[in-house]
Amino acid sequence: MTYFDLAVFSKTWGMLFLIVLFLSAVSYALWPSNKAKFSDAAQMPLHDEEGENDE
Amino acid sequence: MRFLTFHQILERKSILLLIGILITVAIGGLVEIVPLFYLKSTVEKVEGMRPYTPLELAGRNVYIREGCYTCHSQMIRTLRDEVERYGHYSLAAESMYDRPFQWGSKRTGPDLARVGGKYSNEWHLEHLANPREVVVGSIMPGYAFLAGTKLDYRNIGDHLKVNAMLGVPYDEEMIAKAKADVLAQLDEDSDDYEAFAARYPKAPVGNFDGNARDVTEMDALIAYLQMLGTLVDFTVYDDQANLR
Amino acid sequence: MQQNSPTLSFGEIGLFFLSGATFLYGLMAASRRVDPIMEIHGYLIAIISLAAIVLLAARATKAGKVQDHADPYNMDVVKAGVIASTFWGIIGFSVGLVIALQLTFPSLNFDTAYLNFGRLRPLHTSAVIFAFGGNILIMTSFFVVQKTCKARLAGEIAPWFVFWGYQIFILMAATGYLIGGTQSKEYAEPEWYIDIWLTLVWVTYLLVFLFTLFKRKEPHIYVANWFYLAFIVTVAMLHVVNNFGIPVSFFGSKSYGLFAGTQDAMTQWWYGHNAVGFFLTAGFLAIMYYFIPKQANRPVYSYRLSIIHFWALIFLYIWAGPHHLHYTALPDWAQTLGMTFSIMLWMPSWGGMINGMMTLSGAWDKLRTDPVLRMMVVSTAFYGMSTFEGPLMSIKAVNSLSHYTDWTIGHVHSGALGWVAYISFGALYCIVPWLWKKDGLYSNKLVNWHFWISTLGILLYICAMWVSGIMQGLMWRAYDQYGFLEYSFIESVEAMHPYYFIRALGGLLFVLGSLIMAYNLWKTVKSGNPVVARDTSKTPMLRQGEAA
Repeated sequence: MTYFDLAVFSKTWGMLFLIVLFLSAVSYALWPSNKAKFSDAAQMPLHDEEGENDE
Repeated sequence: MRFLTFHQILERKSILLLIGILITVAIGGLVEIVPLFYLKSTVEKVEGMRPYTPLELAGRNVYIREGCYTCHSQMIRTLRDEVERYGHYSLAAESMYDRPFQWGSKRTGPDLARVGGKYSNEWHLEHLANPREVVVGSIMPGYAFLAGTKLDYRNIGDHLKVNAMLGVPYDEEMIAKAKADVLAQLDEDSDDYEAFAARYPKAPVGNFDGNARDVTEMDALIAYLQMLGTLVDFTVYDDQANLR
Repeated sequence: MQQNSPTLSFGEIGLFFLSGATFLYGLMAASRRVDPIMEIHGYLIAIISLAAIVLLAARATKAGKVQDHADPYNMDVVKAGVIASTFWGIIGFSVGLVIALQLTFPSLNFDTAYLNFGRLRPLHTSAVIFAFGGNILIMTSFFVVQKTCKARLAGEIAPWFVFWGYQIFILMAATGYLIGGTQSKEYAEPEWYIDIWLTLVWVTYLLVFLFTLFKRKEPHIYVANWFYLAFIVTVAMLHVVNNFGIPVSFFGSKSYGLFAGTQDAMTQWWYGHNAVGFFLTAGFLAIMYYFIPKQANRPVYSYRLSIIHFWALIFLYIWAGPHHLHYTALPDWAQTLGMTFSIMLWMPSWGGMINGMMTLSGAWDKLRTDPVLRMMVVSTAFYGMSTFEGPLMSIKAVNSLSHYTDWTIGHVHSGALGWVAYISFGALYCIVPWLWKKDGLYSNKLVNWHFWISTLGILLYICAMWVSGIMQGLMWRAYDQYGFLEYSFIESVEAMHPYYFIRALGGLLFVLGSLIMAYNLWKTVKSGNPVVARDTSKTPMLRQGEAA
């Protein structure tokens, strides 16, 4: 394996991989149907007292 | 004791999260570390590198034990002022037998990558024992106790053996003669010296701490300091051959 | 894992055997006398194992009588974590002050083997990062995971094994440094046998955390738990890989690492920078994501941002290590990668900072009335500052000046004191009244004093280090009119003296602040007003700002 082989691989497939990874993370976070789920989750620290276990 | 149900153990979201995290954090390390073992250009081809002598290795372990690396680097960067102050920039090959590496991260004191041969043994002895007697303004702790501590080299052969297992080129003879080589390096006139010098070319020799009776930790540390950065023959080193 | 029978659990039986095995190992290692370090540690291991056996036996005899699970949560282990982290914090900060004074007045090294700078410096770094920070992280993670999952911590003895096992790790590491046991890899100094022990403790920690997640009664896993999980898993990976090695003797302390030279350097700083990234950042971001919303009584500014923040941060951080090795013998391609990712890291870092800070949006007045909240918000500001400075320093041209100098030390401490310690102090101030069921802290005034004294300390510290670091860097590369290097090295050392003094002064103030905190927390536990017993199911917990 030489430095050149590695550089070519990183600049093509490596680059593509990183872009796909980035896009999937961002779209997961911004996907409209996930919105309700996330605003629900955001409330979790505020409603975690003992008495609320049975809700 | 009630075990979790099968469903709970394979709870989907937390396992997915765990796997996602593992994959995400593995990539960077794999890309940056693994090629270093396979790219031939990582470690330059040089003349003169040899493994540490048993005494130097013991001295290196004293250096590590006392935390010298917390204030002294052993890595001359490829910058003009560093090369002028300390000497030729450090090569990867020069630390290829170093387990662990001692490049350091802080220069509260000066770089030591090429301190070998710059000062006399007496200077080192005095400086290590009483830094401010030799260098006014130094803030180094004194290490006089090293001269009073006998070096424990009963198992030095085992140290060489483990290094050999890990890939340092110590041969059978070096391992077998390890204890004798400690003494040989301290005395140029001993019978074993010639064989020792053949095994470890360019090794500094002498009674480093001025005390002929005991082998001390000071002997070992000074022997180590006196060989730092002296091995590679830069007259035949071609820095254009190693572009990386 | 419920258990009401008087019989022993698997965990307890396992621990009996483990303690027996370590007891025998300790005695054997001590008697072989391979080296003085293992001789001492062998006895220490034997004594600790014996104590563990006695405690386990005592626990077993009363196992039948103990009424388990009166409490839906296991908060005792969290309380123990509060005490341990406060204790270790003060120790760690104090040792830092001692070594700062040693650099100012070198005679304070006393030229002994046991107390010189080289041995105390790893003691300081390990005490603050692993003993203080680690206990804070374990403690808060046990609290947050229970609360946000509405589930009791998994296992009964396992969380206690994590707690005590971790304290034993700290004790072994700290005593090891003083008697000379170190493998010299920064922030990974403990030798092989301590590494193995920590691995055991850490895997148990991961399992306890994971199994508590499994038991959760909520559909979602709150984002703070993502950060905790990433911190636990990644630290496990880093710790194991960086410490691969072979001991010289099974009964001796010395080992040699699997990697050498350049590869070792790269592995070490992959580890070292992610000790920062995952131990000191991801874990403490989890604290930010729980404690700031909780204390402010408002949801986090943007949950969506927190998701992007999370994935971007953990993905990018792991690459940043090579910026510790610019212009060294590490190949250029690796240096460039490290620099590029370090600069990109600025973005998620600031995303996180904005998320923490803007949680207060619309309620900024709380900063005036609630000193605890103020401390935590200021910690995010310090986080923002040091995560801007970090990418800057990772640029090769800047790094050529800053590397090896005090600038790095100043940078680390703006993050460590301003961010990590402040968010930890905030968490401690929040959690003590919650755990001990008090209606507030003993004194908010003392929190104010703590805040201002230690903020002054931090400012003195980092300003002194900026000046001394940049001065050092410039002196080393200064040329005179004839083209020679202008300064000898020792001249640069002498020039540092006043700044080292100011730094020690800053450190002293920081230690004082932490003592004030410890006093305040102690008085809160001892004499704070209990929460008035009401129908707790309907009453939200009182907030600091409203109390006192």
